[in-house]
Amino acid sequence: MNLVEAFRWIADPGNWGGTSGIAARIVEHLWVTFLSLLAAAAVALPVGVLIGHTGRGAGVIGAFTGAFRAIPTLGLLTLFGLLLGIGLAAPMLALVILAIPSLLAGAYSGIHSVDPTIAGAARAIGMSPAQVITRVELPLALPVLIGGIRAATLQIVATATLAAYTADYGLGRYLFAGLKTRDYPQMIGGAIIVIALALILELLLAAVQRTIDQRVTRPSTREKLGSRHG
Amino acid sequence: MIEFDAVSKIYPGGSEAVREFSLRVPSHRTVVLVGSSGSGKTTLLRMVNRMVDPTAGRVLIDGEDIQSRDPVQLRRSIGYVLQQGGLLPHRTIADNIATVPILNGMPRKQALAEVPALMARVGLDPGFARRYPGQLSGGQQQRVGVARALASDPNILLMDEPFGAVDPIVRRELQDELLRLQAELGKTILFVTHDIDEAFRLGDEIVVLKEKGLVAQRGTPQQILAAPADEFVRDFVGVGRAERQLVLEEVDGRTLAVDGDGRPVGILRA
Repeated sequence: MNLVEAFRWIADPGNWGGTSGIAARIVEHLWVTFLSLLAAAAVALPVGVLIGHTGRGAGVIGAFTGAFRAIPTLGLLTLFGLLLGIGLAAPMLALVILAIPSLLAGAYSGIHSVDPTIAGAARAIGMSPAQVITRVELPLALPVLIGGIRAATLQIVATATLAAYTADYGLGRYLFAGLKTRDYPQMIGGAIIVIALALILELLLAAVQRTIDQRVTRPSTREKLGSRHG
Repeated sequence: MIEFDAVSKIYPGGSEAVREFSLRVPSHRTVVLVGSSGSGKTTLLRMVNRMVDPTAGRVLIDGEDIQSRDPVQLRRSIGYVLQQGGLLPHRTIADNIATVPILNGMPRKQALAEVPALMARVGLDPGFARRYPGQLSGGQQQRVGVARALASDPNILLMDEPFGAVDPIVRRELQDELLRLQAELGKTILFVTHDIDEAFRLGDEIVVLKEKGLVAQRGTPQQILAAPADEFVRDFVGVGRAERQLVLEEVDGRTLAVDGDGRPVGILRA
């Protein structure tokens, strides 16, 4: 019963402490997830927002995100590993590339879905292009845009196990080490923790998305509910 | 005063929206551009706040070619009301109305303090200030749109079929409201509509457009109804329509005006 043993492995307090314990590896795992997401967002969100705003290059989005999604991350990682050597640089780069399509698509379709008459009216009463983006399009696009962040986060946190391929970093260590030494409880235990982490992040981001939708994008729906109760 | 000086607009790709249109909109007057779709009326309106730049000719405001003005600054100095209200759905009514003064640099607090008076001016209950556009009826949203356009007290109001999306009774109310406001404020109004009755009700002067900004006739409502320039205007104005064919009938010692279908529409004053 590997599964039972896996949970026993997780439950063993001896596996949690120390610099290579589960707690430390969860922190590492979240950190590499966060950094990759940040780097990918810094590239993809502005580009997606600009393309959504101007409508220029919209055709490229579909082709580009499709092509990017087809790239196998493990293959990419191997390639970067060969080029950049041992360390975190190669897996981070692979994770950034993994996250870009979701972020780009989220930002683009969020902005693109804003009613053009609303953005046009904002321009016509004297908002500068930057003001139209920050005060009108972004607030209205946020739920869709955060949906993109949500998808990207999920992909990264699940795939960040690959960081252990070229570096002693993150929860993937348990998978690789367990596989090598045939310590399946450890391997499955590591996988379970990654799954739990992904689920927690998913629930958290779904809640953020809902809150933003109700408070920023469609505050009128919240008001209506409030007045119905009071 | 707004002047169109032989403006043309050809879009990239070759479609021609307006051909050599000239017009003078005198200060403090309401001029209505009326025409069906494809007449170029909205394009002409949008040339005044540089939402569209003419490919030939000039647009002047008080004698100054607006091509030399910064488009964003120019738009902030002109009130603009459009069909669907164009309100920001994620901002309260108060924030929507205060948008332009804030863009013009007025402190937010001061801009919001002026909102109740503006709402009262356009016939809105100031109690709506903290609601959102989606919670208001179409007619109320249009009033908000007018209040927003008036907020920074511009000399010029551009109105692009502002009452086109509301039902006839509300439209009539809004038209009356605009006439009352205009009597008080004396703005220079350029108004676009496809509804000739609306044009007759609101315009000091009316410009009937054929396609591509070609002027079929211009004049006061009286002039146009009394002497339509050609068949196109006659059709457009509906001179032959039963409701425009009035005859007088004596009923119980009063003189009634009766339309072509025999329906009474009014009483002749003694």
